[in-house]
Amino acid sequence: MTVTTQKPLVRIEGLHKYYGQHHVLRGIDLTVNQGEVSVVIGPSGSGKSTMLRCVNLLETISAGRISVGDQLIGYREVNGRLHDLKVKEIAAQRREIGMVFQRFNLFPHKTALYNVMEAPVQVKGKNKAAAKKQALELLERVGLGERANHYPGQLSGGQQQRVAIARALAMEPELMLFDEPTSALDPELVGDVLNVMKDLAKSGMTMIVVTHEIGFAREVGDTLTFMDGGVVVESGDPREIIANPQHARTKEFLSRVL
Amino acid sequence: MDHHQQSHNAPVLNNSVPVRHPGRWISAIIILGVVALMIQSVITNHNFRWDVVGTYILDVKVVQGVGWTLLLTVASMVIAIVLAILLAVMRQSDNPVLRYTSWVWVWFFRGTPVYTQLVFWGLIAVLYPKISAGVPFGPELFSIDTSTVITAVVGAILGLGLNESAYLAEIFRAGLKSVDKGQTEAAEALGMGGGKIMWRIILPQAMRIIVPPTGNETIGMLKTTSLVLAVPFTLDLTFATNALANRIYLPVPLLIVAAIWYLVITSLLMVGQHYIEAYYGKGVDTNQAPAVVINPAAAKAAAAVAPSAEAEPALKMDFPEDEAK
Repeated sequence: MTVTTQKPLVRIEGLHKYYGQHHVLRGIDLTVNQGEVSVVIGPSGSGKSTMLRCVNLLETISAGRISVGDQLIGYREVNGRLHDLKVKEIAAQRREIGMVFQRFNLFPHKTALYNVMEAPVQVKGKNKAAAKKQALELLERVGLGERANHYPGQLSGGQQQRVAIARALAMEPELMLFDEPTSALDPELVGDVLNVMKDLAKSGMTMIVVTHEIGFAREVGDTLTFMDGGVVVESGDPREIIANPQHARTKEFLSRVL
Repeated sequence: MDHHQQSHNAPVLNNSVPVRHPGRWISAIIILGVVALMIQSVITNHNFRWDVVGTYILDVKVVQGVGWTLLLTVASMVIAIVLAILLAVMRQSDNPVLRYTSWVWVWFFRGTPVYTQLVFWGLIAVLYPKISAGVPFGPELFSIDTSTVITAVVGAILGLGLNESAYLAEIFRAGLKSVDKGQTEAAEALGMGGGKIMWRIILPQAMRIIVPPTGNETIGMLKTTSLVLAVPFTLDLTFATNALANRIYLPVPLLIVAAIWYLVITSLLMVGQHYIEAYYGKGVDTNQAPAVVINPAAAKAAAAVAPSAEAEPALKMDFPEDEAK
């Protein structure tokens, strides 16, 4: 558990998402305070990953608003009318938001070190020596200092995911999004990744974590949100919800994953 | 690989008797026999005129022809590659005008014979005696005689390059499509812009898929340059050897001269391609060994060696997806 200020960093209001006729998100509201860890669970197809991907515009927003800090994500509001942001403006917003993917998505043609250095050097224009120093520190922090010169193909899934976390942290984001970060890992590798995430939570990072790891939610989460069918079914203190779910659907889901 | 296990209680290796393959020996003997007969016939048949081959293989006209053929090949491939990247990116664009333009370009240049296109480039000065730039229906800014700009060699290079760009565009498009969408998403999530994502993330990975067929096309282009007499451009290897053959009434030895040179250049291109493939395969095709070692001690030992060693090329592609757990 972390000490949180009650200042909201992420505000999702009335978020809807359509894929053609398919209504995937049906009005999501979610607030994440500065320094909080917000864990989102739910069956596959519930829309939890889609919601997360809307936050950094990997999916377009069909209806509703998402703001991170004082920035409205994806739009500029002029006289009550929304205007799409330009590609460059969207890129600038994404720099403040780190993302970790289920399938790691490391750059296979670059070593761990260069994966981590890529964005600071290419996007922020950081000089290479400083970026390298920072990258090595981050790799050390995720327990992979000795693997800096390995290509992703030479690393286990758990190691790749920890490099991916270091890569996202290298941009010094104010928010980290985790999209089922341990779902593609062998069971014995999950622990290492969760430990890195726990340390990150303790350091005060604001995080939204979509996961199936109920234990992580109970231990690290400040809030737990259960989604099903594109809506938030239940949201609140993780320990209370896990111990005493109020809705039948939450109860049923938890009984299957616990 | 398992040397570390042998320190104590080394297992008795199975040393099983391998299956015999008599068919391999029989086929090898038959093929060697046929090859020996062919070599004998080629050497002893005086109609090949190996003495004339020897006389002309380093003839000034022939060597100059080799130079021109190389120049045509390299220049037209450079133009084709630049255009192909552009066309492939345009084809993926959100802008429908760019998408259709790319499609029509490929449709046209792939849909008409390269010979026809070369003849056309030779006649461009007849069609458009002057090239000028200006505002449509407005004043002219500058003007120049077409024949001074589009000389025979320029026409040949443009004709070959533009035709080839259509084929290469499809190869590049396939390469770009082969890169996992997650790569673009990861780069976007880091705040990278479209151009950087293409040049630094997508294209280097696509090159693994693009290089082998592009090498194929380059070797094809080397031989296609023999069509430039359509322009007419008359200094390339095939034209030079044909001209010599016509002069001395001995077509066969000069065909052999040309064939030898084409083979030599093709061999050099294949060597180059090998190194380009190794370069773009780094991280994926090479250096894979530690990932498949389960034993932690072996993994440690292998990891210590791996970053410096370029891994034996023989191992390439043997287990492309094994580590994807």
